[in-house]
Amino acid sequence: MGMNKDHYFISSYVHIRKSQIYKNGKLLYKSEANTTVSSFLKESYKELPINYPKFHKMDDLCKMGILSSSILLMDEDYSDDTGLVLSNASSSYNTDLKHQQTIQAMVSPAVFVYTLPNIVLGEISIKFGLKSENAFFIENEFNARLLYDYTSVLIDNNKAESVVCGWIEVKNDEYDVFLCLVTKKGAIPFSIENLKKLYLFENE
Amino acid sequence: MNDLRTELKKSIIEQLNLEELSVEEIDNDESLFGDGLGLDSIDALELIVLLEKDYGIKLTDPDQGKEIFVSINKMATYIETHRTK
Repeated sequence: MGMNKDHYFISSYVHIRKSQIYKNGKLLYKSEANTTVSSFLKESYKELPINYPKFHKMDDLCKMGILSSSILLMDEDYSDDTGLVLSNASSSYNTDLKHQQTIQAMVSPAVFVYTLPNIVLGEISIKFGLKSENAFFIENEFNARLLYDYTSVLIDNNKAESVVCGWIEVKNDEYDVFLCLVTKKGAIPFSIENLKKLYLFENE
Repeated sequence: MNDLRTELKKSIIEQLNLEELSVEEIDNDESLFGDGLGLDSIDALELIVLLEKDYGIKLTDPDQGKEIFVSINKMATYIETHRTK
């Protein structure tokens, strides 16, 4: 395992929680009246410069992935050799449930294609033209060590020049997103402690 | 006759989540795939489901889709002659 402590850096990070979107700890957008995850996603898309009509065809998890990665990578320096290491606890729960409901009547191919959590990796890769390694892990809770280890190994072994790693959890109308861009240059050392600390960042 | 075309446009926008398009913006002869509306292969499957669900038309040969899903006009003509509901 590559354990180059503090060798890499977190050059930017994003939080999406409780109808609020933060980049690098600063509030970027706050939705006032939204109660459901889908209305929050729709409003956020309209308010932020994302401009990607395919967004509307995606399921909640992929929309959340596109929204968070778009904000994370906005104005950042990254190449198509940027890996993705994402995780969550509920996999593609909302879509699995929707699919289960549609099988009673007639199956929808457009719903079925999103019944896997790693589809979000593909959607992000397509939007940003990424051609690097990616992985999606299902964990009970945010696992800083896993993200640290896997991300470090990818960069150590030249499998990726930089990595977007983090947590994209969507279940019913609850969501919790924390993504960070890990590169060879930056202000915050990439470490398990810093990942934990940044993940736990409390929004006002 | 035009009602069917408008109805089709409405269902396509709704079923395929083409949120940024309106009925008025889809031309009856505009191609649905490629340069036109830019639909993809999953959308094609969704259109097959739509034909069955809304008009009782069951396509047995997927290749038929290529001839039917050309434009709104082509789809409407096919539905008019083959619909069972």
